Amino acid sequence: MAQPLLEVKDLSVHFETEDGLVRAVDGISYTVERGRALGIVGESGSGKSVSSMTVMGLSRASNARISGQILFDGKDLLNASEQEMRRIRGGEIAMIFQDPLSSLHPFYKIGDQLIEAHRSHNDVSKAQARDRAAEMLGLVGIPDPRGRLDSYPHEFSGGMRQRVMIAMALINDPKLLIADEPTTALDVTVQAQILELIQRLQSELDTAVVMITHDLGVVAEVTEEIVVMYAGRIVEHGSAETIFGAPQHPYTWGLLRSIPRLDTPRDQELVPIYGRPPSLINRPTGCAFHPRCPYVREAHKRVDPELAPAGNGDDGHTVACLLPAKTRQALWGALSAGSSPEEAREEVPIPEHEMSPSAHGATDAATPTGAAAVEEDGGAVAAGSSGEETHGA
Amino acid sequence: MASYIARRLLWTVVLLLVITAVTFLIFYVLPTADPAALRAGRDPSPELIKVIRHQLGLDQSLPSQYWNYTKALFLHFDFGDSFINNTSVKSLIFDRLPNTIFLVLGAAVIWFVAGVTIGIVSAVRRGSFWDRLLMGGALVLISAPVYWLGLLSLYLFSDDIGRFHIFPGSGAYQDAHGFFAKCWALMMPWLVLSAAFSAIYARLLRSNLLETMGEDYIRTARAKGLPERRVILRHGVRSAITPVITVLGLDIGILMGGAILTETVFNIDGIGRLAFDAIQRGDLATIQGTTIVLAAGVALMSLVVDVIYAFLDPRVRY
Repeated sequence: MAQPLLEVKDLSVHFETEDGLVRAVDGISYTVERGRALGIVGESGSGKSVSSMTVMGLSRASNARISGQILFDGKDLLNASEQEMRRIRGGEIAMIFQDPLSSLHPFYKIGDQLIEAHRSHNDVSKAQARDRAAEMLGLVGIPDPRGRLDSYPHEFSGGMRQRVMIAMALINDPKLLIADEPTTALDVTVQAQILELIQRLQSELDTAVVMITHDLGVVAEVTEEIVVMYAGRIVEHGSAETIFGAPQHPYTWGLLRSIPRLDTPRDQELVPIYGRPPSLINRPTGCAFHPRCPYVREAHKRVDPELAPAGNGDDGHTVACLLPAKTRQALWGALSAGSSPEEAREEVPIPEHEMSPSAHGATDAATPTGAAAVEEDGGAVAAGSSGEETHGA
Repeated sequence: MASYIARRLLWTVVLLLVITAVTFLIFYVLPTADPAALRAGRDPSPELIKVIRHQLGLDQSLPSQYWNYTKALFLHFDFGDSFINNTSVKSLIFDRLPNTIFLVLGAAVIWFVAGVTIGIVSAVRRGSFWDRLLMGGALVLISAPVYWLGLLSLYLFSDDIGRFHIFPGSGAYQDAHGFFAKCWALMMPWLVLSAAFSAIYARLLRSNLLETMGEDYIRTARAKGLPERRVILRHGVRSAITPVITVLGLDIGILMGGAILTETVFNIDGIGRLAFDAIQRGDLATIQGTTIVLAAGVALMSLVVDVIYAFLDPRVRY
């Protein structure tokens, strides 16, 4: 396809607060093709919600500093007027949220809320909009759709409310649906139904989906491509198959090993990721994940990794980790064989100085000699040497 | 809904019974002065006082006094006669109630509209110059006592004694004939009475609206691509105004018992003035009558508020 539907380029969203500059999103790039599904995974505070609210133009607070580029269907959304954004919001890009109870207005009938959504983008009569609303409720699997138009949100169960939200989001045939933690507030059985529904509608209506979640199980269900975010940046990006089969970032390993799976041996314990998400005001120096990384080396605390090819022959797979590709593969091998992070650390020698291509260009904060390494514009060799010099400084 | 209203009305009657008992206790059992002696005039003979005591029924036992009083009140809607001039308290109250209702409802319209408008502007322009100015002004109005504000406005704007002859002054309401003349005569009392209320409502609505605008369903409204004006008015204010309407109902109910200060300053013959004069003269029957009007006003308005609330918030079920 010639032009991707959504192209986010080097997007940064910073908020100026009394406590300092909050780097909620710090230079992320991704693309979504028409009709495809992308998963954005990360903990709370990783910037995944802020980045999608920015796509919707809903993070334009007076203290927000937004830079980069968001191209939707060729249009630059960051420079679009409020008028244009309003046409796109709910029209071409729709969004559903975490808590379907609090996301619907408690005082209005759901029919009126759907009609409002439809009429604000289409020049149709109330009766036509009502028909459309009933059609959408039927499409998302609400029994007696016409009768339920006059019900209030509190008269629906949690799963049904999320169906109503989905119906409202899709009522104007958007090209892109952003789902921000759509199943987090729901029961597990209902979660599966909602995911199935989103998946069915995605293929039926040919809507692209961005699924934002902290739950890898959710993206595994729905998406083909996954972005893992940590502290406002993308730390790993690849196809769903790769992220689940051969992940390369210790944070992704942590996420994977902290959820139960049917194929893990029964006696294998779930391993939490220790520590807390980092402050977005005072980012840890070097690799932002280093305070929580079991495989950290001294140099990782100074060199800021950038997203680079994972070095496993998979073109679409990028990772921002300073560990050499071979070491990472060996570590994942040990972990997926059932070792704990401590055991894996003993089994696999982790080099002190050698670093992956992620170290490339990230040395500006470290040493002046780092700049020389950048100029060489080389791959692993130059990056490796820059790491050496960093360490020596 | 109908059975709920019936239940509530029944409770209102019970509540009024309790209130009459309490007022009875306060004014009959713990009298500040002997009403008979007050009625008898200067240097009365003990015989005269005795006769008056008998006339007023004060020589009976307390329970039988209460029984007679309650019976008359509930069966005949009879509050007894004023101790001062033998007029029935009922006619005194019904003469003055329309004036109080006129004063209070007019002021309520002003303070509700002003308070809500100022509240919305302040919330939407939060932290701006206008917000600071309006909220600062609100603080001044809340702190200003009605008698001070009333006298000040008379001094400044009344068309007889004022510095700027703009509004009709004290006592103009009695002399005004016709609806619009009465409205014009009440202009200054309305503004003075509504000043503090506007300020309180503005602050209340502002904080409610600010809280509401952080709700998830406001984010949804924005995500639907609605114009910001519609997001604020249709989605934000709709929620934020609900508690304000509750307070409005109760405030009107309380003021039905008389806006004593406003009525006194502007010389309006309302329930408040009636109560004020009755307290000064020890006219216990009238005091009791006005107290019951106040209590009934509050009880009735809280019922009205609860019924309205069911229409405003579909989640409320009875």
